[in-house]
Amino acid sequence: MNRLIERKIAENVYRLKAPKKNLCTDTTAKVPSSNPGQPGQVHQHDIAIVGGGMVGMALACSLASMLLTKHLSVAIIDSNPALFNGVGVKKEGTPDPRVSTVTPATISFFKDIGAWKYVEDNRHAYFDKMQVWDYTGLGYTRYNARDVNKDVLGCVVENRVLHSSLLSCIQSTDFPKTIYPSKLMTLHQNSSSMGVGSTSSASPSCERGHPVKLDLSDGSSLCAKLVVGADGSKSRVRELAGFKTTGWNYSQSAIICTVEHSVENHCAWQRFLPAGPIALLPVGDNFSNIVWTMNPKEAADRKVMNEGDFLKDVNYALDYGYGPHPRSSTLGNGGIFSWLKPDVTLSANESFEVPPKVVKLASERMAFPLSLMHANNYASKHVVLIGDAAHTVHPLAGQGVNLGFGDASSLSRVIAEGIAVGTDIGEVSLLKKYEAERKLENIAMMAVLDGIQKAYSVDFGPLNILRAAAFHGANYISPLKRSIISYASGEQRLPIFS
Amino acid sequence: MASKLPNQLRALYASTTRHRLLSPRFPNLNEVFRDLLLGSNGRLFSDAPSPPQVSFSPSTPVPPPSGPNTSAPSSLNQKELVEFFASAETWWDSEGPFRPLHAMNPTRLAFIRSTLCRHFGRDPCSPRAFEGLKFVDVGWCGGILSEPLARMGATVTGVDAVEKNIKIARLHADLDPLTSTIEYCCTTAEKLVEEQRNFDAVISLEVCSPSQVIEHVADPAEFCKSLAALTVANGATVISTINRSMRAYATAIVAAEYILHWLPKGTHQWSSFLTSDELVLILQRASISVKEMAGFAYNPLTGRWSLSDDISVNFIAYGTKTTSE
Repeated sequence: MNRLIERKIAENVYRLKAPKKNLCTDTTAKVPSSNPGQPGQVHQHDIAIVGGGMVGMALACSLASMLLTKHLSVAIIDSNPALFNGVGVKKEGTPDPRVSTVTPATISFFKDIGAWKYVEDNRHAYFDKMQVWDYTGLGYTRYNARDVNKDVLGCVVENRVLHSSLLSCIQSTDFPKTIYPSKLMTLHQNSSSMGVGSTSSASPSCERGHPVKLDLSDGSSLCAKLVVGADGSKSRVRELAGFKTTGWNYSQSAIICTVEHSVENHCAWQRFLPAGPIALLPVGDNFSNIVWTMNPKEAADRKVMNEGDFLKDVNYALDYGYGPHPRSSTLGNGGIFSWLKPDVTLSANESFEVPPKVVKLASERMAFPLSLMHANNYASKHVVLIGDAAHTVHPLAGQGVNLGFGDASSLSRVIAEGIAVGTDIGEVSLLKKYEAERKLENIAMMAVLDGIQKAYSVDFGPLNILRAAAFHGANYISPLKRSIISYASGEQRLPIFS
Repeated sequence: MASKLPNQLRALYASTTRHRLLSPRFPNLNEVFRDLLLGSNGRLFSDAPSPPQVSFSPSTPVPPPSGPNTSAPSSLNQKELVEFFASAETWWDSEGPFRPLHAMNPTRLAFIRSTLCRHFGRDPCSPRAFEGLKFVDVGWCGGILSEPLARMGATVTGVDAVEKNIKIARLHADLDPLTSTIEYCCTTAEKLVEEQRNFDAVISLEVCSPSQVIEHVADPAEFCKSLAALTVANGATVISTINRSMRAYATAIVAAEYILHWLPKGTHQWSSFLTSDELVLILQRASISVKEMAGFAYNPLTGRWSLSDDISVNFIAYGTKTTSE
C-alpha cells in the first residue's frame, strides 16, 4: 500500500519535473492515439528490430541461435510483404542483378547461425581467384585462395537468396519473433530511467521495464527495451533518435546488371578505369554480375543505351579499352623482387589473363549513386544502429554488407554477454561496448576503401607509377599479399595491428 | 549513558577531521558520497563498533535503524522524493560520478556467476541460472548488484543500514518487473542473524564507491561471523575488498582518490584494508573455507575491468560454508 502511494507520487513528481523527450519529427505524432482503428493493447517486446533486410534478419537469426538470447521476444518491423508471406526463390532463371560478395568470415557467421545450408540450396558461386589491374597497363595483381591455404576467397550470392535463407532459418526455430508489416512513424522514449508511463493518458502506455514506445504507420504500437535500427542508409531510426552522421557523396554512380558468357567464369575481375572501377563477379552457371562505377552522366547514358552498344562498351572496358594490357612477367622477370624467389605465392606465378567476353545482357540495368556515410555514434540509450543505417561504403571491394553482418554478429554477442550477467539490455554502457568494438573496425575499413577510391580517381603520371608499384608489390611480396587477402576476407580485423 | 559520551566526542572529532579531508573542489560529489556512505546518522552496515562514526559496544541495545527524518516508510514527502530521484539519477547514471563502479559491475558479476553456477550445479548458459536460490546482498550501492542478480533469477534481499539508500534502490527496482521482486531491508547483518534468516548465498561486495564493505567495518571478524551465520550449510559466501599492499596504496588511494578523483579523499584508510591471507583466516574462523580468489585489473586505455590472477589490489573471494557449523 505504501509502495503504491510512493509510486503514484513518483509518477506525478516525475511528470512535473522531467519533460518527456518526444522523438518525432512530424506533427502527425498525435495520430496514433486518435486513430480509431487500434484502440487495443500495446504489445511488449524485448527487442524491436526496425528493418527486416539482410542485416536485420541476420541479427534476429543470431539471437535465435544462442542459448542465452533465444528466449527474448523480438519484433521485426518491415513493410516488405515477402517477410510476412514467406519468400520462394526460383532456383532457375536469370540471376537478379542485386548481388553481394560474401567473405569467408561472413560465411562462417552464417554457418554458426544455421543459415548457410539454405544458401547452398540455391544458386551461389564460390570463387577462388581474383585479378585486379588498371588502365595504365603498368601492373596487375592476382590473388588465389591457395595463397592463404584456403579453398575460397569468397562467394557471390544474390541478395534475395541471402534474405530468404535467413528467413527460412529463423522460421525453422521456435524463436518468439513477431513480424509487423508496417513502417515506423515515431519513437517515444522516457527521458530518464526513473520516469514511468507516457504523457497522454489517451493512448495505452508501456508496461514497466519497456521504456521505448514505437508507433507504426498502420496505427498499432509496441513497446520494447531496445530498438535496433537496421533500416538501411536512409534510416528512420537514426533520424528519429538524432544520431549525427559524417560523410560525403562520391561524384560517381554504379551501374549493375547480370551478363552471360559462353564459358563459365570462376574468377573475380576488377579493372580500375579513369572514371571508376568495373568489376565482373561470377554468379553461377555462365552468368556474371557487373558493377561499373562511373560519373553520374555517363551512368545515366549507359543505363538507357541499347543492349549491343552497352555490351561493346563493357567488353571494351574489360579488355583493350583505355589502355594496354599489363605485361605479365614470369618468375625470372620478377624484376626487383626476384630475390624473393623462394617465398612467392602461387598466384605470383600466374600470368595476366583477359576476362571472358560478355555475350549477352541477362537483366535490366540499374544505377545507384554512391556515397560514404558514417554515424558519429552507433548507440544511445535504448537505441542502436547496425548495417547500412550506421555506415555505407564504396562497393569497390565488396565489403558493405559484410561490415553489416559483422555488426549483427557483434551486437548479438554483446547482448548475450549482458544477459549472462543480468544487465538490462537497453543499458547504454552495454551498447557502447558494441560500438567500441565495431567502430574501430568499420572506420579502418572505410579509410582503406576511401583511400583506394581517391588514389584511383586521379590520372597523374607519378601517381600512376606509384599505383603500379603498389600492384607489383602486392603481387610479389607474399606477406603483404597474404595480409591483404586475410583482411579482405574478414579473418583479420584491422589492417595493420592484428 | 556515561560510556557513550567519550564515544560521541570521538565521533565529533573524527567527523570534523573527515570534513577537512574532503576535497573542496568537488563539493557536490562529496555531498553525495558523504550522504550515501554515511547516511543521516552516520551508521554503516554493521552494529559492531565502527570508527570514526558513532560507535556502539556490542552489549548496548541497538537503536532503531531509521534516521531522524523518516520514522515510517509512508511519511515520505514530495520534496524528499524529488531529492531521492535526483540522487538516484546520479547513482544509476553509468557515465556519471559512479562510472568506475558501473564499469566494474559486469566483471564482479561474471565472477559471481561462474563460481556460484559451479557451486549450485546450474547451467551457466541459461539466462535465469539462479532460479529458486535466495541471495542476500549486504551493504550494496543502490541495488547495482542486486538488480542483475534478480534478473538472473535469484530471490534477492538487499541490506543496508542507511534508509535513504534503501529508498533509492526501491524506486529504481520498481521500474522493471523483473527487479521489483527484490526485498530491501534497512537493517544490518547482525539483525538478520538475530531474525534467524538464512540464504543460499551471502554476497558482500561494496559500499557506494568502487571499494568494499569490510574495510569500513570496525571488526571484520565479527562481521564475517555474521555473514557466515546467514549462510545455510553448504551455502556460498562472496566477499570483495582491497588488499593491504603497497600497490593497493598507490592505486586505490593515491590514484583513485588524489589523481583520478574517482572517490573523495579519505574514503579509504589503508590501515583498515585486509590482506588476502588475513581475510582467508578470518573466514576460516567463521567456518567458511575460501575456494577461489580473483583480482580485478583495470585497463586505462579501454576503461574496462577484467578478472585477473593478481590479487594485490582489488580482489574477490568465494568460499563455502563447511558443514561442521
